Amino acid sequence: MSQPEKSLFELSSPGRRAWSLPALDVPEVDPKQTFKDSARGDNHLPELSEVDIARHFARLSALNHHVDKGFYPLGSCTMKYNPKVNEKACRIQGLADIHPMLPRKAAQGALRIMYELAEFLKEIVGMDAVTLQPAAGAHGELTGIMMIRKYFEKRREDRLEVLVPDSAHGTNPASVTVSGFKSVQIKSNDKGEIDPAELDRACTDCVACLMVTNPNTLGIFEPEVKKICDIMHAKGSLVYLDGANLNAYTGIHRPGDAGFDCMHINLHKTFSTPHGGGGPGSGPVAVNRKLEPFLPRPVVRKDGDRYRLDFNRPDSIGRVLAFNGNFGVLVRAWTYIRMLGADGLRDAAEAAVLNANYVRAGLEGVFDLPYKERSLHEVVFSGSNLKKYGVKTLDVAKRLLDHGLHAPTVYFPLIVPEALMIEPTETESIESCDAFVQAMKSIAEEAATDPDALRAAPRKTPVRRLDEARASRELDVRYPLTEDAVGDTEA
Amino acid sequence: MKYTPHTDADRALMLERIGVKSVEDLFSGIPADIRVKGRLNLPEPLSEMEVLAELGRIAASNRSPVCFAGAGAYDHFSPAIVDTIVSRPEFYTAYTPYQAEVSQGTLQAIYEFQSLVCRLFDMDVANASMYDCASALAETTHLARDQTSRAKVLVSEGVHPHHIEVVRTYAHGLNIPLKPVPLDRDVTDVTELRRMLSDDVAAVIVQHPNFLGSIEPMAEISAAAHQADALLTVSVDPISLGVLAPPGAYDADIAVADGQSLGIPLSYGGPYLGLFAAKKRFIRRMPGRISAKTVDVDGNTGYVLALQTREQHIRRERATSNICTNQALVALAASVYLSVMGKEGIKAVACHCLAKARYLADRIAALPGFGIANQALFFKEFTVSTPVPARDIVAKGIEQDLLPGVDLGMFDNKWQNRLLVAVTEKRTKAEMDRLAEFLGGFGSQ
Repeated sequence: MSQPEKSLFELSSPGRRAWSLPALDVPEVDPKQTFKDSARGDNHLPELSEVDIARHFARLSALNHHVDKGFYPLGSCTMKYNPKVNEKACRIQGLADIHPMLPRKAAQGALRIMYELAEFLKEIVGMDAVTLQPAAGAHGELTGIMMIRKYFEKRREDRLEVLVPDSAHGTNPASVTVSGFKSVQIKSNDKGEIDPAELDRACTDCVACLMVTNPNTLGIFEPEVKKICDIMHAKGSLVYLDGANLNAYTGIHRPGDAGFDCMHINLHKTFSTPHGGGGPGSGPVAVNRKLEPFLPRPVVRKDGDRYRLDFNRPDSIGRVLAFNGNFGVLVRAWTYIRMLGADGLRDAAEAAVLNANYVRAGLEGVFDLPYKERSLHEVVFSGSNLKKYGVKTLDVAKRLLDHGLHAPTVYFPLIVPEALMIEPTETESIESCDAFVQAMKSIAEEAATDPDALRAAPRKTPVRRLDEARASRELDVRYPLTEDAVGDTEA
Repeated sequence: MKYTPHTDADRALMLERIGVKSVEDLFSGIPADIRVKGRLNLPEPLSEMEVLAELGRIAASNRSPVCFAGAGAYDHFSPAIVDTIVSRPEFYTAYTPYQAEVSQGTLQAIYEFQSLVCRLFDMDVANASMYDCASALAETTHLARDQTSRAKVLVSEGVHPHHIEVVRTYAHGLNIPLKPVPLDRDVTDVTELRRMLSDDVAAVIVQHPNFLGSIEPMAEISAAAHQADALLTVSVDPISLGVLAPPGAYDADIAVADGQSLGIPLSYGGPYLGLFAAKKRFIRRMPGRISAKTVDVDGNTGYVLALQTREQHIRRERATSNICTNQALVALAASVYLSVMGKEGIKAVACHCLAKARYLADRIAALPGFGIANQALFFKEFTVSTPVPARDIVAKGIEQDLLPGVDLGMFDNKWQNRLLVAVTEKRTKAEMDRLAEFLGGFGSQ
């Protein structure tokens, strides 16, 4: 394999510099004289030239798989293509350079984008109000569940439990705990769906809400979703929708019409804003009238043709982020919706579902398909059929990397043993779906003929399988200070 | 515009292989009574040319005045290379490094980010980032509670009011009682803090320099907190660490910051990033992702996400936080910024801010009717007492393409005549003179 890329600290050489500043045009102030004991000693930051930096990060970047390079069927994450115009849009002067505390008169354009995006999202999901403040899907979940908690506090109802299906994303039960509720797991039926009768039993008067993912993490639309909402409502409980899979039905179904009270929307999934290697995302929360008073403060309002931030919200849960949400991400999503329009959003959902079903058809019989209901935007196979060769799903995933493809999400949802969760997304062509199916077939054949090759995969990647246990044991999580480095507080 | 590649022929072939007649059939699982009838009511689609023109018009209805506003978001300069690197699709179109073998670029970048944060803060360990400073601060409260098995958290009133509000939002969910520690003039009242510290206090949260710009007596605060066996959590301005002693120097247990100052555009409030660092013994309770160095099967160096058993996708309801996606790309921008500035540059930027803030404060202090409200030292931001409501000064300033600062009356009625002014290295003497002249107009009214 190639030489590992040296770290910034190894590349550092005393006296190199990449920065420049204008000459100071006011009298100098000596920080040591000013701050005395509170002044900084050595900061140990590296010293590099601009060329060093450009090449270092270019070389690092070459070690990544990414959507612009190839197929990225990471189920539940929706790794669709990120239109380049979005990147240009968020950098426009007048959007990228404005201060968050700019008085509203000077920020009408920014407020307009936020207002319009909220209106678009309300229409797309069929809800009554939206906050754009949460910075990610999990942050949206937390916001939504905290609003539900406030709703019951206001009603003086002591409901402390939240029902979470066993197929749910891990963020669901985690958000429940952080919001001060107790997470109670409910079992899916043999079709991987929520069983209304089971739900009816589980929903006691201690239950504040049910968290539903729809289509669920198997990619299956909950057929009884309306009945599920009715059961919960009849008992005075609410229903939360994990909107991670909204991209399966934009323009075809609206969760508000099924009776959901609250949902988060991942702009970095459905609305094509880039994932950035793990953020920044954006997780707006949409609610119906019941929950509207509890939205984080402030909310954007329109009076006539003027926009403003409304801080006067006595029942609000408060802020969840210092300022106005991940505005740069909101601009990208606004741009995407304006470019696609109603028909384009529907087309995107249709193509996503078409691709998932096409890949499913190609792989049926090659891998196990434990749940056979109609798939929407993703399909979950099981690698259990390869166990007889001593091959695990992890081996299949690693071998895919040798084919120049990203692996699907593996070992999730937890209700499927050896799960392979495949989400091609709508921006993949028939050719790239074919290439993936071909690679998966050849891997399945290889499992029978040469299982060692799979267990030894990957071989063609920048590094091979890494020792995770050692990483967590030794916890080398920062580049060490060199031995000759002086103490930090030394004056 | 559509980004889907399917031709009619592709679609026909795909449907045939799937074994259905139409795309409509694929949606048969969605009951008819909850289907959209007709089309969504959205504006007609635009071409790329039109959408950019439309956004240009909208952006033009915002003003970009000369910025003396701060309050947690600062108009620092960002070298060109920062945006160049984060515009590489290899970084921005990838996701969380779940498959480490093909994500070494992102993983090593996170490891370097953690290392840079540790050095800047003089702390042992840092994570891959949080959403922003406020949410990072909020997540320190349950770390402190769980670590100390104590119930309460004390929060200095010198912390940014928005950050306190976010901490309060989270603390309500977490059932953590918060108690405000008052200010004595413009810094945390240490006598009062000592009185409030008891054996049920998990942590003391302080911002340094604080919201009003003042340098806090960190050594005294730290000693008080530690004497009571409470943790010290500090929120800092990363640029200030070019000239001010870092959290490690005064023995902070947890340190957070907003990374926006490190080359991140103001962008009307986000995306920013939360920096999160702590003493090593807290690492297993830290929220967020952590990249660690290890070896592959051939003994080559590589990086993976470590301690994933803390995280929601493994630990579910018992996770240390619900955070999943963080602000990886923004953290990368901050890493590039810190690499560019390096040892000397960060000092130089901080020195420019310090000198310019001093210059402007001296000019303003000399204006009739105006004064500098800070009794303590300040770094790049200070509080001005004004002869008329600060709100009027800001409104008038906008008309003259000046954002004179942040009206503190927005946060508290007692601060109607207080203007919070921030000066970065970008502000020139000419701009500061212009601001002083503009303010002078109010004093002589």
